[in-house]
Amino acid sequence: MFNYNFRWGQALNSLPQMLEGALVTMEIAILSMAVGIVVAIVLTVFRLSGRRLLAAVATTWVEIARNTPALFQIYMVHFGLGSFGIHLSPYLSLLIGITFNNAGYLAENFRGALKAIPDTQARAARSLGMSAGQAFGSVVMPQMLRISFLPMTNQMVWAILMTSLGAVVAMNTDLYGVTSELNARTFRTFEFFAMAAVIFYLITKVITLTARLLAARLFRY
Amino acid sequence: MIEIENVRKSFGPLEVLKGINLTVQKGEVLTVIGGSGSGKSTLLTCINGLEPIDSGRIVVDGIEVHAKTTDLNKLRRKIGIVFQQWNAFPHLTVIENVMLAQVKVLKRSKAEAEAEAVRQLKHVGLSDKLNVYPSRLSGGQQQRMAIARALGMSPDYMLFDEVTSALDPQLVGEVLDTLRMLASEGMTMICVTHEMKFAREVSDRVAFFDKGVMAEIAPPEELFGAPKDPELRKFLAATH
Repeated sequence: MFNYNFRWGQALNSLPQMLEGALVTMEIAILSMAVGIVVAIVLTVFRLSGRRLLAAVATTWVEIARNTPALFQIYMVHFGLGSFGIHLSPYLSLLIGITFNNAGYLAENFRGALKAIPDTQARAARSLGMSAGQAFGSVVMPQMLRISFLPMTNQMVWAILMTSLGAVVAMNTDLYGVTSELNARTFRTFEFFAMAAVIFYLITKVITLTARLLAARLFRY
Repeated sequence: MIEIENVRKSFGPLEVLKGINLTVQKGEVLTVIGGSGSGKSTLLTCINGLEPIDSGRIVVDGIEVHAKTTDLNKLRRKIGIVFQQWNAFPHLTVIENVMLAQVKVLKRSKAEAEAEAVRQLKHVGLSDKLNVYPSRLSGGQQQRMAIARALGMSPDYMLFDEVTSALDPQLVGEVLDTLRMLASEGMTMICVTHEMKFAREVSDRVAFFDKGVMAEIAPPEELFGAPKDPELRKFLAATH
C-alpha cells in the first residue's frame, strides 16, 4: 500500500531555483509591509481626522481587508481590475493584493494601540505649542508603532505565507510558483513541497527572531 | 498681563465657570485654591485655549485667546502649563523630552535646544538624569522634568494645575521647592493647588474658587488671616 520511493536528489538539485523563488517571496513580503505600514498610518490619520468621508474610506478598507479572503483580494486586483481593462502583471497583482490586506489589518492594530495611549499625551504636546500633526507624528505615532510591533511581526509572517496565494494569478517566480512548476515537471510532489515548507518555516523563524532582537534594541524604555 | 473678563463655561448642563473676572500682572504669583469641582483647573486650560469658553474673553498680552483668528500654537509658546499628571513622553529620554518642542515648534537647532534643555534640567535638579527614560524616574522627578520641558519654551507665563496632587507625600517637597525657586526668579505664575502652606508663602495674591465663582481674592495674609467669605472659612477650617 505504501510503496512511494522518496527521491530527494532531484529536489535538492533544484534548491538554488527554489531559493531564488524564496528571494522573490521575501521581496514581495517586505515591500507589501513597507507600503502597508505607510498606508495603515494614513488610514489611521483618516479615522482620527474627524472628516466623515475620509473616515468612511478607511473603515471600508479595513472592513473589506479583514472580512474577505485574502485570496479574493488578490484575485480581484488581477482579474477584477482586468474586467475594467486594467491589466497588471501577476507580480504586481500579488504585491498590491497583499499590501491591501496588510494595510487593513495593520490599521486595525494601530487603532487598538491608540486606545492604550492616554489622551493626555497629545494634550501635553499641544500645550507645548505643537500642532495636531506634530503631536501625532512626534508623540503619539512612535508609541503607537511600539505597541503594535508584535502584531506587525505577525502580519509580516502572514505576508510571507500569503505570497503562496499568487497561485490564483499564475504567479510563477515566487517560492510557491517555482515549487509548483518543478512539481508539474517531475511529479515529486512530496519532496518539493516538503522542501518549500521547510524554507517557508525558516524564513518566518528568522523574521520572528530578528524582530525580537530589533525590539530589544529599539525599545529601551 | 492676563485679563479674564466675565468668562463662563459649561460642560453639558453643568456650569463650571460662572462669570470669572481676574487680572494677573506680569511678575505676579497667583495661587488658586478651592474644593474639587470649583472650576479652578478648568480656568487654567481655558487660559491657554485647550478648552473653549462659552462667553466672556481671555486676553493674554493683548491677544484674545478664543478669537477665531488667534494662532493658538503660537500663543501657547508664551504660556507654559504643567498638569497634575506629568505626561512624560515615555519613548524619549529626559533630555529629548525637553528638546522636542523647542526643535519642532521654536525651530531651534538641535545644539541650541540641547543647551537649553541641559540648562533647564540643571535648574530643576535633574542634571544626572539627562539620558535616562522617564520610566526610571520617580513621580517627583518626572514632574520636575515636565516643568523643565515647559520652561524650555521660554514662556512668559506658567500655569500649574495641581502639580503635586498625584505625588507621594514625600515627593511633594521637591516639586514645591522648584515652584518656589521660579517664583523667586520673578516668573509670572498661576498655581492651582491644595498646598495651603505653599500658597501662603509664595503668593502675591490668593484666589478662592467656590462652585464656579471666585468668591474671594486677597493677599495671603489677609485671605488666610481674615477670610470674609463663609465658604472660605469652612474650607480653611477643613483643610487645617
